[in-house]
Amino acid sequence: MTIDLSLLRAELVARSWRQRDDLLPALHAAQTLYAHIPPQASDEIARALGVPLADVQGVIEFYDLFSETPRAAKVVQVCADPACAMRGADEVLAAAKAIGQTENVTVLRAPCLGKCNCGVAVSVTAGLPAQTRVFASVTASSTAEAIHQQASESEDFVGGDVRLMTALCQENRRAKLAEYEAAGGMRAWRKAMTERNPSALIAEVKAAGLVGSGGAAFPTGVKWEGAAKARGDEKYFVVNADESEPGTFKDRVLLERDPCRVLEGAMLGAVAIGAKKIFVYVRGEYPAAIRAIQEAIREIKLAGYLAEAGLEMELRVGAGAYVCGEETALFEAIEGKRGMPRFKPPFPVEVGVFGKPTAINNVETLAKVPHLLADGAAAFRRFGTEKSAGTKLFCLSGDVARPGMYEVPFGVTLRHVVDDLAGGVTGGGLKAILMGGAAGAFAKPDALDVKLSFEDLRAAGLPLGSGAILILNETRDVRDVLARLGHFFAHESCGKCYPCQLGTQRQHEILDRVAQGRALPGDLERLQDVGWTMTDASLCGLGQTAASAVLSALKLWPELFNRQG
Amino acid sequence: MTNLLVNNTPISVEPGTTILHAAQQAGADVPTICYHEACTANALCRMCVVEVEGARTLVPACVAKVSEGMKVQTETPRVERSRRTILEMLSSAVDLSEAPEIQAQMQAFGANAERFPEAERRDYPLFNDNPMFVRDYSKCIMCWRCVQVCGEDAQYAFAIGIDGRGYHSHIGTFANRPMPESTCVFCGQCVGVCPTNALQPEREFLLQKGHTPDEVIELTRVEQRRRKRIER
Repeated sequence: MTIDLSLLRAELVARSWRQRDDLLPALHAAQTLYAHIPPQASDEIARALGVPLADVQGVIEFYDLFSETPRAAKVVQVCADPACAMRGADEVLAAAKAIGQTENVTVLRAPCLGKCNCGVAVSVTAGLPAQTRVFASVTASSTAEAIHQQASESEDFVGGDVRLMTALCQENRRAKLAEYEAAGGMRAWRKAMTERNPSALIAEVKAAGLVGSGGAAFPTGVKWEGAAKARGDEKYFVVNADESEPGTFKDRVLLERDPCRVLEGAMLGAVAIGAKKIFVYVRGEYPAAIRAIQEAIREIKLAGYLAEAGLEMELRVGAGAYVCGEETALFEAIEGKRGMPRFKPPFPVEVGVFGKPTAINNVETLAKVPHLLADGAAAFRRFGTEKSAGTKLFCLSGDVARPGMYEVPFGVTLRHVVDDLAGGVTGGGLKAILMGGAAGAFAKPDALDVKLSFEDLRAAGLPLGSGAILILNETRDVRDVLARLGHFFAHESCGKCYPCQLGTQRQHEILDRVAQGRALPGDLERLQDVGWTMTDASLCGLGQTAASAVLSALKLWPELFNRQG
Repeated sequence: MTNLLVNNTPISVEPGTTILHAAQQAGADVPTICYHEACTANALCRMCVVEVEGARTLVPACVAKVSEGMKVQTETPRVERSRRTILEMLSSAVDLSEAPEIQAQMQAFGANAERFPEAERRDYPLFNDNPMFVRDYSKCIMCWRCVQVCGEDAQYAFAIGIDGRGYHSHIGTFANRPMPESTCVFCGQCVGVCPTNALQPEREFLLQKGHTPDEVIELTRVEQRRRKRIER
């Protein structure tokens, strides 16, 4: 293939890409133009942006969506993580590879594509990430239709007991800004613009007891207060839409169907901390969400909302790296570097993106902010418990009658969500529940009566994590789920610190042979040492939770880890 | 001054001191692998982890700073399990035959070099593409020192970088080009900071292969002349 560099040069000039932080957008452009990033293109980009060539190479090799070797014009990715695997992902992957033998497509195994509720997920890329299509409920026999882009995309079911965050998520389309306003949206923004009192916003968020929904449950008000008080004229607000936790798809659904709500939350946060610029960082594998955010930003800008507060809002598209959901790794990605987490402290509220004070929040957290600030902390606290205020989104997948996203008040029982809302376990009795996604922990059926609140789950020794709940019926093999999680973490480890870089690989190898019934004597102890070393000594949350599910399974089913066959 | 306890011994140090330096002042021996006085500490190897009262995870002593009233333990079972397991995993991945310091640590922590059977090793071909040094990345432990001195810690040459991801991350030049075609200025600093002989002076490499000193000088001279010709 001949490389016409004039196309890339034109793009670099047209988009005024000339700084290090333009590297990911520029590489996306090159990947789209040439179906890979040839050395000539890297050289062109390196010179335009003033980045060392060796660094450009390192960035290309870090992100899955970039490739140094030519890919076909069409790239097909099949998710083979636990929820999709339970719906036949291995067969779909085999079917796709067979088609790849005769047609000009590159077939890859993908990490979770966030369609755990309606797998098997197959993404087909023939252009920029925003033009990618992700097909749902693909089977071996419908794989060809998906590859030829004739299958159906979203099949998300949204339910629950309450409709605060999900009021406009019922229909399978994006709610426009006008619809959001008609449904009471932008009330909090108008109030904030009238009152012009940032510290009152922070006080209200603190009074409401809002905590982050990305997994760490850090108090949002405390974070905002830290960023507001941090010294520095230039501050940033970042929306973390890099959702990639296997089993989790709530942020995707919120962004696809009601992005204005999330963006209003971010705008309020920016005003509260005194930031003038908002970055919305969304994972590259979420094309529909990327399009929805693009359109929503355009509408909000046109309506004059951003100008009212002198705000700027910019979308950044990730390039395939789960670790970038870690806040400091996400900053590195925005800055055009390999997405490797930084040591903390200093914390982002003091030294964040571009070294400036930064507040960064998860999508769901921000979706709660508009109604919290419009109606006040007392109204927010009508739902939930004393220590877990408000409502929470749970992502149900696996063996349940109605997999989907459910909004419930904190404090309802797991049984209520599984049986009453998701329609109960299918295909046999309940064997196990994986709580909190890949970085979560297994529970046995006796956990069904636990209340879904931070305090109750902590007492039961279970994580809430991102709100993912994967149900396994009695026909499922826990070892297969673990082997897939092991593969996922080995694939996604950034490679910075030794415990995770080495540990995810050793864990993956051991879990593979355990799943194949070839466990070696001592494998249980090896998994324990590797697991605890990653948990105790890793740099970031990825490594610290990469063994969480494994260690929980070792406790619940030790006999599984020395079984032959 | 900041007051803290290291292994129950009270000590006062300058504010902003790392736990590593405070522990050394208190006479505690905290092992390190990636750490080098001349390089920015990145807390990669995690051999220097210690237990700090109140911290959820272990804390890397090379980058974490002391704080008033801090209680540090440098030799608990938790700390030692991590150190031993890191060493065992490292030796299952990398050729440590020319890394005597790490071998001594393996002995000290009772690490079993054969702990992980059936493990994929990180094997790379040997790069002997210039008259100054050879690169044997099968011995590379990814301490990043070479990349750091090549870049912002010293030379600003940026000839090498970190490629790949996770277990398969490695050091490389742009497009895997030979060293003479990179921005390398052959300052030799990377060779100087390499702890495992993954980067080795060409002449030492040839001597090890059994060449006599005279042959070595002749061989590297020929190589230098050849390179000069190419440059012309």
